[in-house]
Amino acid sequence: MGTVVESQVVNGVANLEVFSNTLQELAQRDRDILAVTSDSRGSGKLVPFGQKFPDQIIEIGIAEQNLVGVAAGLASAGKKVFAVSPACFLTARALEQIKNDVAYSDNPVKLIGISAGVSYGALGSTHHSLHDYAVLRAINNMIIVAPADNFETQQAIKQAAELNKPIYLRFGKKPMPLLTNDESNSFQLGKGRVITEGEDIAIIATGEAVLPALQAAEKLKSSHGLNATVVSMHTIKPLDYALLKQVAANTKALLTVEEHSVYGGLGEACASYLLENRYSNPFKIMGIPDEYTVTGSQAEIMNHYGISEAGIIAASLDLLNL
Amino acid sequence: MMTGRELELRSNLYRQKILKYIVGAKAGHTGGSLSCIDILNVLYNYVLNVDPKNFGAADRDRYIQSKGHCVEALFVVLADKGFFPESDLETLCKYKSHYIGHPTRKVHGVEQNTGALGHGLSLSVGTALAAKLDNKPYRVYTLLGDGELPEGSNWEAALTASHYNLDNLCAIIDKNSLQITGSTADVCNTDPIDEKFESFGWEVEHVNGHSISELKQAFDSLPLKKGKPSLIIAHTVKGNGVSFMENQVKWHHGVPDAGQYEEAIKELEQKKAAIL
Repeated sequence: MGTVVESQVVNGVANLEVFSNTLQELAQRDRDILAVTSDSRGSGKLVPFGQKFPDQIIEIGIAEQNLVGVAAGLASAGKKVFAVSPACFLTARALEQIKNDVAYSDNPVKLIGISAGVSYGALGSTHHSLHDYAVLRAINNMIIVAPADNFETQQAIKQAAELNKPIYLRFGKKPMPLLTNDESNSFQLGKGRVITEGEDIAIIATGEAVLPALQAAEKLKSSHGLNATVVSMHTIKPLDYALLKQVAANTKALLTVEEHSVYGGLGEACASYLLENRYSNPFKIMGIPDEYTVTGSQAEIMNHYGISEAGIIAASLDLLNL
Repeated sequence: MMTGRELELRSNLYRQKILKYIVGAKAGHTGGSLSCIDILNVLYNYVLNVDPKNFGAADRDRYIQSKGHCVEALFVVLADKGFFPESDLETLCKYKSHYIGHPTRKVHGVEQNTGALGHGLSLSVGTALAAKLDNKPYRVYTLLGDGELPEGSNWEAALTASHYNLDNLCAIIDKNSLQITGSTADVCNTDPIDEKFESFGWEVEHVNGHSISELKQAFDSLPLKKGKPSLIIAHTVKGNGVSFMENQVKWHHGVPDAGQYEEAIKELEQKKAAIL
């Protein structure tokens, strides 16, 4: 299995940028591709998209409820709509529109939550989205995806464009390296990607939290002689139960890592499946605790709560009683 | 094409059926269904280009009912238009029925699932925008209640509609001036609705929402102004057609008992005889 490609650490771009580039590629071939924005084309990296395809970008202004309702109407008339807005506003302000106009009415809008998690750092709680997996998981007919790197982003957008179902894709804005240079490690919505394999512990992470998990796995190997499985569980719903079962059966402990509240996200989704299926591996959920976060940049906040190489190593050793 | 008298008779028939199925379901939004039924009658029997046999047609007109709670009016009209057998409505609100108390796409002929208020206008704006982008000739109609106007999403959508010059969009407000708590003026006054929408860039026309001829005339003159979205404010009476229900808040979702049902049908039959 591949490892972090160091050169990409320098050269990787923000997943959002890949989103925008991929969307341009799709829009070139398909006039039904639309980006719908809430004064968010800049933060969504969609300025070049708007310049190249002025007829395929719809500006709504700062009105997220209307953004989602209009997107649902467009989708019902056959448009392939990417509704782009900061994740914090999109999934809270417009939650009823997501629940009713997108999910319940089965209008296949692609909801793009930008600058997700704690990407906005010191801008604070109003701008953080640590609730989005939780609220969307409880909504029927909603796929939830957090691509970890540029490759996963590109594939996720292409697959979402052809998917005739409601879907939420969540992106941060930090440049991300490729998780692996193994080209045979493909991407399929709904199927987790095993990045490294080992029998001691399984670290199941999603979105931008996969990278520190992978870095921790390398250190666990080099410094402690421990072999970790690292899974990029990009699709949080529907969860890849077969893969979860497989890693639970083949490892001694399970650790989940996400840039989200510890309540209601990837960790609890895994926990409920494991418990209901009689797995009793030592298990821990890493995420943001139920508090207003410490002030800082995204990296500082993630480090503070242990969503970091050091934090994941410490949690892994603790789970294994080492 | 139905004559004016035939349309009048249809409204009478629909009122009787609304009451029948609300009594059968032991639930329903009686007052509002009776206030908007003439609007639905004119839409489905005079205006809309929709065909139950080809409902998926890309160029069909769209009707999105924002005031979803008055679903009984919609279901009765859809059944009459042949979207499904009327006998299906005997299952209204019953265990495992698709015919729930709000519009759902599980029922043939329903465009969008509604029920939460303040959603229909944004959905309609999106659908009308798609028609403009694709140069399609269809029009989008949406029915709002006056009680749902305080929902802020309506005003967001109203802005977008005029921003994009959606003259293929027609909103109709069923202005029956009552909501569950009391008069809309007392709960949250939205008057003057016309001036508000006009200032948002809409062209507005007032009609008597129980006058088939005024409704027809208003729909005939769409767009009310080229380049602008149209709003028809239909002045209606909640519970219209059944005198003991008219303008009574308790009939917002009151269900008639056997005696009241009989009395209501008797009155409607008398009115029918007068039309004939």
